[in-house]
Amino acid sequence: MRPAKQIEPPTGTARPHDADAAAGVGAGDGGTGRRRTALLTGGLMAAFGVLVLVALASVALGARSVPLSTVIDAFLAPDASSDHTVIRELRVPRTLLGIGVGAALGLAGAVMQSLTRNPLADPGLLGINEGAALGVTVALALLGVSDPAVYVWFAFAGAAVASVLVYALGSAGRSGSAPVRLALAGVAVGMALTAACSALLRIDSRTFDRMRFWLTGSLAGQDAGTLTRLAPFMVAGVVLGLTLARPLNMLALGDDAGRALGVAVGRTRVLAGLAVTLLCGSATAAAGPLWFVGLAVPHAVRALVGGDQRWVLPYTVVVAPALLLAADVVGRLVARPGEVQVGIMCALLGAPVFMLMARRRRLAAL
Amino acid sequence: MTLSSSPGSSSPARPRRAVRLGSWSVRPAPRAPAVCLGLAVTGFVVAVLAISTGEFTVPVPDVLHALFGQGTPVAELIVGKLRAPRVVTGLLVGAAFGVSGAIFQSLTRNPLGSPDFIGFTAGASTGGILAVVSGGTAVHVAGGALAGCVATALLVYGLAFRRGVRGYRLVLVGIGANALLVAVNSYLLTRANINDAATAGAWLTGSLSGRGWDHAIPVGVAVAVLLPVCAYVSRPMRMIEMGDDAARAMGINVEGVRAAAVVAGVLLCGVATAAAGPVVFVALAAPQLARRLARSPGVSMTTAALTGAVLLTAADLAGQRVFAPVQLPVGVLTAAIGGVYLALLLRKDRH
Amino acid sequence: MPESAARLSGSGLTLAYDQRVVAEDLDVTIPDESFTVIIGPNACGKSTLLRALARMLKPREGVVHLDGSVITSLPSKEVARRLGLLPQTSIVPDGITVADLVARGRYPHQRLMRQWSRADEAAVAGAMRATDVAELAERIVDELSGGQRQRVWLAMALAQETPILLLDEPTTFLDISHQIEVLDLCADLHEAGRTMVAVLHDLNQACRYATHLVVMRGGRIVAEGDPSAIVTPELVERVFDLRCEIIADPQTGTPLVIPEARRRACAPAALVEGS
Repeated sequence: MRPAKQIEPPTGTARPHDADAAAGVGAGDGGTGRRRTALLTGGLMAAFGVLVLVALASVALGARSVPLSTVIDAFLAPDASSDHTVIRELRVPRTLLGIGVGAALGLAGAVMQSLTRNPLADPGLLGINEGAALGVTVALALLGVSDPAVYVWFAFAGAAVASVLVYALGSAGRSGSAPVRLALAGVAVGMALTAACSALLRIDSRTFDRMRFWLTGSLAGQDAGTLTRLAPFMVAGVVLGLTLARPLNMLALGDDAGRALGVAVGRTRVLAGLAVTLLCGSATAAAGPLWFVGLAVPHAVRALVGGDQRWVLPYTVVVAPALLLAADVVGRLVARPGEVQVGIMCALLGAPVFMLMARRRRLAAL
Repeated sequence: MTLSSSPGSSSPARPRRAVRLGSWSVRPAPRAPAVCLGLAVTGFVVAVLAISTGEFTVPVPDVLHALFGQGTPVAELIVGKLRAPRVVTGLLVGAAFGVSGAIFQSLTRNPLGSPDFIGFTAGASTGGILAVVSGGTAVHVAGGALAGCVATALLVYGLAFRRGVRGYRLVLVGIGANALLVAVNSYLLTRANINDAATAGAWLTGSLSGRGWDHAIPVGVAVAVLLPVCAYVSRPMRMIEMGDDAARAMGINVEGVRAAAVVAGVLLCGVATAAAGPVVFVALAAPQLARRLARSPGVSMTTAALTGAVLLTAADLAGQRVFAPVQLPVGVLTAAIGGVYLALLLRKDRH
Repeated sequence: MPESAARLSGSGLTLAYDQRVVAEDLDVTIPDESFTVIIGPNACGKSTLLRALARMLKPREGVVHLDGSVITSLPSKEVARRLGLLPQTSIVPDGITVADLVARGRYPHQRLMRQWSRADEAAVAGAMRATDVAELAERIVDELSGGQRQRVWLAMALAQETPILLLDEPTTFLDISHQIEVLDLCADLHEAGRTMVAVLHDLNQACRYATHLVVMRGGRIVAEGDPSAIVTPELVERVFDLRCEIIADPQTGTPLVIPEARRRACAPAALVEGS
């Protein structure tokens, strides 16, 4: 995956600067480094605590809410009651899947934004999740593959092809700013891929019924088997993504500056592309094409902790699943006894934020 | 009457010529007249084919008789009630989408700046689905689509307006609105009962099947009224493509022209969607194909309209005949065309 | 009526973008048939002033007069036939040829039913000859070099056939020989009887080409007049914080600014600003 174009002259030095300004709560001169580290570590712990709370809520709340004590009993003293079965068989796998998907998409967005120096990069917006979805659809509808560990490879292929297409299209034109061109190219490719998905599903109405909810993005209906089959890919993607923080920091200054500082630019790009493919492919295979998680969370995190990827990436990995799970829980609560799919919730929450962002900020400053 | 033709400038290689008549003069793009003629002929051939062939073949002379009320009753029924309105609706809807796409591509200065991607089509879909879900008739669905499109446009334009509307802001706000409305649409579909969902789903693909004169006439009126407006603003719009300052320096009221263009583009898109459902990618592909055919810089309204009309009717004809007896809705075909078009765009710009 | 008889002038101009006031209470008169150059340090409001004169920016207070009328009261197309502007950045439409781009300069002279008269043809041919781009007529603008492209934009502004032509930093992004080429062309146009107004960065180029110099700093006009009369070491230090010596340009005799070898006086200030 190559960035569309260098969108800003190497003024990337401004980022570490912003980082100090944003996070420098009571920053003096000496010893702030250590204080800052302690502060940020504490913040990360707090975010993790929030994630745990949201996860507990996700296990407890839903079409039929159960008290927290029952939740704890279900783990410590499981019996065959229906509450305990629901929790063990449905809620816990769903929650863990949500954590995995959220972490994957958030991290994918953060890596993409950093790699392309494009603030609008998002796995859904840029059509990569739609590519993965088409891969899954081909596997399910045409080839009859039903093992998640097999069709996830189709998702990887779809995600990789879509990202190459979008970047080629987005860097083709000359006029206009690169982020906007890339976003438009992503929406166009995503739309074409979605149309292809619908056409495929039209052929096979049984698959259509099964995939209708998945296609709008949903955590429902996936069992523990899906989770265990996909988890290795998600973990691999997250680990790979996190190790790229330092080279990505250097590349923020521009390719040439990065190279001058000793970063293997080509290798970093390939590895980052690999990480994004792993993350988007496995997340989409699990929950369908989701939008905006990968866009909003890295933005919010950067506003909090500054531009240092060594903090941005771990924070994103913790905050994104909390947000996704929260959206899922809200979706389960607002339409009881049915539910609003998490994909719809993400768009309903994310799109207005995106529109206001587009209105407020000058693109040059993004 | 004297019709003089003179070379455009000192360069002998220059193919662009002016046509003058007294104090009137125009200077079309090099191949525009020939391309327009070719497109018109193609459109006519496709229309005749679509009217005369099918399960029941009506020979071409009988088609003309039937159109003028002198054919056999069967031929009159098939031609006058079934096939002709469908073809005419297709031509008009295609033209409307083509011009609408040309407008938004010019405004956003981007060949991908189509109403499909900046929320207008999705908004029309929301309106249509709401009408279906609330048990409306075909007229209500059409009205809902138009209202949805206009409401979305107002929202996007309003949110994108800060001391004037910049193309990129329109695009970004539109992309956000698109995502929002697509989510709303899928929510509505999952909440609807199974019959409504099926009806709405069929309408959402975009189809010309079963379209009668009551579909064709509103689009015809809209096209007749709005095309002159578009023709009028197309020259200043071409100047705005060079930047707002450059256009203002030429004496153009930039925001006024832009607002008029947006109104015309949105109404065309809304009316076309009301008639045929959200047929995707025609608005995207038609203006650019027209531009390539005419080798003109920037998009031209006339060729875009003709290309859109030919594209949509040809796609509809193919959808009816190629997989017969299976009838594919035209929206499936145009989506495929859109995919091919994106691939071509990729290849062309890779030079 | 403005006091001066000059065709283009501004009086009592307060210029602002949103809340940010860039310049206050400016009075400026562009002498007819002059080559006026506006100069000053970065962010002194020189481009803003030019944009206001070209009615790109509506002054918060004060008015710009063109030929005795308030410029905003004239029909916009009428203004465009008298006053042309070459903006700092313009967008080249995809796939447009040089001839087509230059022809777009004729817009203010055209109507819906009169899109390409013989006068249009003559003006475009003349503008391309004057800027020496006639042999590029069928080339795609995107494929030209920066210098060629700037000449094409200039040709477009020329084709507009306005007696007054405003240029916003026409030499930015050009190398030195192309800069001289564009400025020589402007000087030719000025000698042919046009009123030229340009915003420039280079003080020495401004002194060499201008017949009338407007020197700005911090949103105010500090000095104006014939470069030879007003450009002094004191003025340069006051406006640019630069100690210098001024000698006569060996080619033209106009003032030539030679910066002092080491800028002790200003170095600390520059560092503070840059940090």
